[in-house]
Amino acid sequence: MNVIALPILFPLVLIILLIFIRSKKIAGLISIFASLVLLAISLYLLQLVIKQEVIVIQMGGWEAPYGISLVLDYLSAIMLVVSAFIILTISLYAFRFIKNENFGSRFYVFFFSITMGLNGAFITGDVFNLYVWFEVILLSSFVLITLGNRKEQLEGGIKYMALNLIGSLFFLAGLGLLYGNTGTLNMAHLAQILQDDQQSLLMNTSAMLFFVAFGIKAAIFPLFFWLPSSYHTPNISVSALFAGLLTKVGVYALIRFFTLFFVQDQVFWHNLLLILAGFTMVIGGMAASTHYETRRILSYHIISQIGYMIMGLGIFTPLAIAGSIFFTVHNMIAKTNTFLVAGLVSKLKGTYYLKNIGGLYKENPVLAILFIIPAFALAGIPPLSGFFAKFILIKAGIEDGHYIITTVAILTSLLTLYSMIKIWNEAFLKKQPESTDMMLQSKLGFLDLFPSILLGAASILLGLFASQIFELTLNAANQLINPEHYIKTVLHLLP
Amino acid sequence: MNSIILQIASRYLKVLLWSFAVLALLRGHNYPGGGFIGGLLASLSVVFTSLSYSPQKIKNNLRIQPEHYIAFGLLFVLLSVLPGLSGEKFLMEGEWISLYLPLVLTIKLGSPLLFDTGIFFGVIGVVTHFFFTLSTKE
Repeated sequence: MNVIALPILFPLVLIILLIFIRSKKIAGLISIFASLVLLAISLYLLQLVIKQEVIVIQMGGWEAPYGISLVLDYLSAIMLVVSAFIILTISLYAFRFIKNENFGSRFYVFFFSITMGLNGAFITGDVFNLYVWFEVILLSSFVLITLGNRKEQLEGGIKYMALNLIGSLFFLAGLGLLYGNTGTLNMAHLAQILQDDQQSLLMNTSAMLFFVAFGIKAAIFPLFFWLPSSYHTPNISVSALFAGLLTKVGVYALIRFFTLFFVQDQVFWHNLLLILAGFTMVIGGMAASTHYETRRILSYHIISQIGYMIMGLGIFTPLAIAGSIFFTVHNMIAKTNTFLVAGLVSKLKGTYYLKNIGGLYKENPVLAILFIIPAFALAGIPPLSGFFAKFILIKAGIEDGHYIITTVAILTSLLTLYSMIKIWNEAFLKKQPESTDMMLQSKLGFLDLFPSILLGAASILLGLFASQIFELTLNAANQLINPEHYIKTVLHLLP
Repeated sequence: MNSIILQIASRYLKVLLWSFAVLALLRGHNYPGGGFIGGLLASLSVVFTSLSYSPQKIKNNLRIQPEHYIAFGLLFVLLSVLPGLSGEKFLMEGEWISLYLPLVLTIKLGSPLLFDTGIFFGVIGVVTHFFFTLSTKE
């Protein structure tokens, strides 16, 4: 079963290879091909998981609580597939979009080291190993943010780095406390020990430290400040990559920790999660509506949408967790797409400021359609993926009697719709403002649009095949809520 | 800096530092030492030589670029993982072979040594990269 380590090993091979390659074009082609292979690997692993439910390997042959286990279950496999898909589209997009930047093929090296970090975080079954993967992600994303050495990039990069390092510090503190109390770092073993835990006060301290750490990574209220001040500075391919993938690792870790072993003090944690989810949604949505720079609007939107994912975790029924996972999948795809379209718009118009853009609907109707798909998907308009994601969450909320958060979730959809319509009105419908010079006119070829078309198609297909995807996420949720099988497989307790 | 004393000294120190580096690398599995310390010692020799002549000059005459050292290091690390793939073993499981030298000495070589070598080259690459970036102009 060594095959489940491939999502980590394969990017490592690519990193070594890409260090030697100077030409941006060849590096780009390798990266497109490699992302296809990675997607194939992930799909194969998902299919394996559907057959066997939980797959474990023990690194170096050291048995579970002592060595590091890599564990693949439904949630990990789903995240692997979606992130591989996003990585494919970004590498297609970057092939066209980093041509004129002054950094060489270095982009691709760090692109794949971030991929390695993400995949590692998704399949590890060890808390400290998760910390290491978070650091891999953090360091390579810091390099990606500052590639190009512009002043505002360095400023954004410093903010990003500083706050995320504080997050790592909290993570490490929580880790130390957890290890001091239980003497183990293996997630399954932790779950087994903490199931009948009596000293929940100490556990809550540790859980809170982890919560703050992952809260910073996931950009939930009130820990989100770093995100809008850094995501709009780098090349748009990098922004799109971060928007699609980075905050979701934080959400993944929250879901993993608070379903597997921090399950003692449920009343306190679930209320806290729900309250913060509500604030995250509303404040993200409101902040988005005050801005006029597309990347900033979209950055605040990321925050607002994180609220929904946390909401599902707070309600904590199988349906709600399934909704959270469905929403994460939908959001990764749609959010990346809006960033890609924003990049395309700026390629046509030379700016991200909505005041200086206009008339795109007439000039380029295809682009307009490509924007409207993810925008409507995010707002939750019926045939698209977002509708089903929100529908599941809201249904779960009403069934379990959480009326306030459900109302907030519905109202936030209106805020999302408002911001999307704002971009639509300003960029696509209104006439091109005359003050700006039109020297930057460049044509968009099919290759420029292709990644966005892929993502748009994925949003539509997620909507059309919602019942199948929902079944998959419901399996994942059931596995998370009843972790006995997971624990027994990792610790080899099965007969 | 162009001090003749340093230049002469660095010539001898280079030999000394490299042999200590390799020694530290080889004994690292069971005794104090290892790839990281070995790598630091080895890169110290590069840094020392560069300082006694001029970093710019040394950088221009490097046969292998620092980042390629990093790549080689990663390659060794990757190779050290792979022996576990053979047969029924787990990934990263150690493989050991014993070499009997004609003298009474036996050397045990294993995949952990390969990993240490990877770290060794990686550290050399990173430290010299830092050094040349900070001490030279583009």
